[in-house]
Amino acid sequence: MSTNTTMYEHDVLVVGAGGAGLRAAVAAHEAGADVAMVTKLHPVRSHTGAAEGGINAALREGDSWDLHAYDTMKGSDYLGDAAAIETLAKDAPDEVIQIEHWGMPFSREDDGRVSQRPFGGLSFPRTTYAGAETGHHLLHTLYEQVVKRGITVYDEWYVMNVAVTDEQDPRDRSCHGVVAYDVQTGEIAGFKASGGVILATGGPGQAFDHTTNAVSCTGDGQAMAYRAGVPMEDMEFVQFHPTTLPSTGVLISEGVRGEGGILYNKDGERFMFEHGYANNDGELASRDVVARAELTEVNEGRGIEDEYVHLDMRHLGEERILDRLENILHLARDFEGVNGLEEPMPVKPGQHYEMGGIETDEHGETCISGLYAAGECACVSVHGSNRLGGNALPELIVFGKRAGLHAAGQDLGEPTLTTGRTGDEEIGEVDSPVTLGEAGITAGPATDGGERDRAADGGATLADADAIISRAVDREVERVEYLMNKDTGVQHAEIRAKVQKAMTRWVNVFREEEGLKKALEVIREAREEYADVYVADPSKTFNTDLQMTYETRNVIDVAEAITVGALAREEFRGAHWRKEHQERKDDEWLKHTLLDWNEGSPQLYYKPVDLQGEEKEYEPKERSY
Amino acid sequence: MSTQVPEQQAEETEAEQSAQAHEQTPQQKRQDKKRERQEDAAKRLQEEEQRREMDADDTYHLKVFRFDPEVAAKQEPRFDDFYVPFEKGMTVLDALMYARDHYDSSLTFRHSCRQAVCGSDALFVNGSQRLGCQTQLSDLEEPVRIEPLPHQDVVKDLVVDMEHFYEQMHSVQPYFDPEETPEGEQRQSKENHEKIKMSTRCIWCAACMSSCNIAAGDNEYLGPAAINKAYRFAMDEREGENRMQERMEIVEQNHGVWRCQTQFSCTNVCPKDIPLTEHIQELKREAVKRNLKFW
Repeated sequence: MSTNTTMYEHDVLVVGAGGAGLRAAVAAHEAGADVAMVTKLHPVRSHTGAAEGGINAALREGDSWDLHAYDTMKGSDYLGDAAAIETLAKDAPDEVIQIEHWGMPFSREDDGRVSQRPFGGLSFPRTTYAGAETGHHLLHTLYEQVVKRGITVYDEWYVMNVAVTDEQDPRDRSCHGVVAYDVQTGEIAGFKASGGVILATGGPGQAFDHTTNAVSCTGDGQAMAYRAGVPMEDMEFVQFHPTTLPSTGVLISEGVRGEGGILYNKDGERFMFEHGYANNDGELASRDVVARAELTEVNEGRGIEDEYVHLDMRHLGEERILDRLENILHLARDFEGVNGLEEPMPVKPGQHYEMGGIETDEHGETCISGLYAAGECACVSVHGSNRLGGNALPELIVFGKRAGLHAAGQDLGEPTLTTGRTGDEEIGEVDSPVTLGEAGITAGPATDGGERDRAADGGATLADADAIISRAVDREVERVEYLMNKDTGVQHAEIRAKVQKAMTRWVNVFREEEGLKKALEVIREAREEYADVYVADPSKTFNTDLQMTYETRNVIDVAEAITVGALAREEFRGAHWRKEHQERKDDEWLKHTLLDWNEGSPQLYYKPVDLQGEEKEYEPKERSY
Repeated sequence: MSTQVPEQQAEETEAEQSAQAHEQTPQQKRQDKKRERQEDAAKRLQEEEQRREMDADDTYHLKVFRFDPEVAAKQEPRFDDFYVPFEKGMTVLDALMYARDHYDSSLTFRHSCRQAVCGSDALFVNGSQRLGCQTQLSDLEEPVRIEPLPHQDVVKDLVVDMEHFYEQMHSVQPYFDPEETPEGEQRQSKENHEKIKMSTRCIWCAACMSSCNIAAGDNEYLGPAAINKAYRFAMDEREGENRMQERMEIVEQNHGVWRCQTQFSCTNVCPKDIPLTEHIQELKREAVKRNLKFW
């Protein structure tokens, strides 16, 4: 590392400052660690703020954690892991009370208790909420606690890579920190973490062009962990939210349907019932069911303008709408020019949530020691092949906290879930029309090249940690110099747009073999173009051109992982629909997809689902609503 | 630095040139699309006609403030012209993203959620503070003049230094801090929740601070957003009476609520419709009620 490079040192580093990151930081701080957050956005800008609906927690009489766990397992189409799901369901009530004690402005009942409402796929109305802006309040409440504790926040610092050793077997590797650059000044610095690095970088929605996700949701943490040797788990399971505004992808909360909103097709039919998509639950069926129903209506000519359906909430009355869904009126007005009190709102499915992600155990740890993940970027796996509405926010606080505690050295017991390759794993195959993986990135490879450094005793000493971070810093310095000095080639915007378009066209709600292969071809093209990418903006000051160029590489990696998983999985489960394979095949496919970067030549393998709950075994049943 | 630079009739910028060079492609595409639509749309003729009317002026003309302390050509603040093909529903943010992605990748602005909740893209658009993502181009006079928030230091192009704003926000003890915490759920009356509801909507965009004359003249003034944050906690019954007293002392400091001259500029620009001025006034009344010494 060059002599003028700064090295910041802390016990625990949290990358990303949305709900999971903030909760992790507070937990690690309370466990006595010196914590710092490194985040490309100021914390209050994080995308948790856009979550609308609520937080599922079994708080009330008549409800119980095992009902929450059962609903979640059923919703996951039996691809969630019991240990993860039961941890979520058991910890959620205390965690909700905890954030209530931190001042979260929950909506209230007449007796002053926290309100709960029905949500899709739930057997009890257990979604606690704060209007239709629950995520905004959760984000600000947690950030306030970070401010209260004086936790260090390096905001507008973009993490370029994790500093991980590169033993042959990823399970022998360890993470010692990150390399980041200060967006405001362009300074590249090393960050050392003696306890652990927690990735809480959110989802990869920007792999698609019609998404509810922020422009910042580029899958950075997933791609960095993946290239460092942590497998990506179940990436093919992408949730398409049934109610997004057609022109922008802005989300209209499931809360609208929870409060009684109705979906109509062009002919004014309440199609969820009238066309038999969900005879019991109608609009409140699981999200994947509703999204497919809407697109089927459109494809069969019953959509409005051949594009969308109507979501009508007028019958709820102005008072109730203003009380519980006021934010929806603003969104419909500002982004679609529609008055939700007077007319139905146009909606269509849009990419919303990535069920898969960085494989972790229930303490948030990956197979690389010292490297953690929590929140949407992680896959514990709670959501399996389909996430229930209201289950993302409790995941942030439950598993964010656990990761924070564990990284700070607290003993959480032996995890039930395994991580990394076991040696006897089932190897998968995918019939890809193109080569997968790295297509020759010049200068500053991540962990996929260069000298292997193996500590003789197998463990890294402190001096090693410095060397590992220095080497990682040097690589990024070299890479940035290369990108900035190059003055011709392809620009990130072109490559990113190409990938996004292909993903929305071919890796959407309905998936066919041929289309998935086409998507892989386009992703390959994008990879080859990326080898020729350059940064046109010559400035070190707030160079978003450089940042987006880095992000685009991550977008490509996650897009490929999603598509590979989707092509390989020849069944229909949860959010993953395949034209050629119209049923769930438990005999063959009751297993998690894992994709190992394998030094740039991705390799698929599978591991069994954990269906053994603490008190009972979950038996896969037909999932009907 | 001030963003009010005299407009220069500079030689054609690179951005302009490339803007013109690229203009054909998107336009061409749009016209193709239009043709397709016409073919199948006898029944939607009426609607289509409206659409064509809206599309009539094909492009929107943006004048965007540019500055970069490091780049020779941008050290002297200037305005660049961009011509962006218009689509129905296009926002100021959409137009900026289009200009950046198609014409000039160095065009710099903060943005993230695109739905008025992250608070990143407060800008000075045609002379008022607005969120880029929440502002429809069709509501604006051309050329659309886009500048960074006034009264804040410019880092580059449309990006301002937010440090001072964050410091003011942090200075009011912006965290829930009750005297007592019960074992289980802490109750809050519906009325009290309703009372603080609007104040909790703040997205820290700093539009209010930028619009405030007092804040412009008094760097230590807490400003509308920070006072609103203090209001949010002071009025929350769950914290308790003693805590409220302490919070009142914070807002009553020299550069606190009494600086406000009730001009309503903050309230007028708030993208979340928070009645900021009213909140400040209510704190003043509360202070008087408590008969505290003030300056």
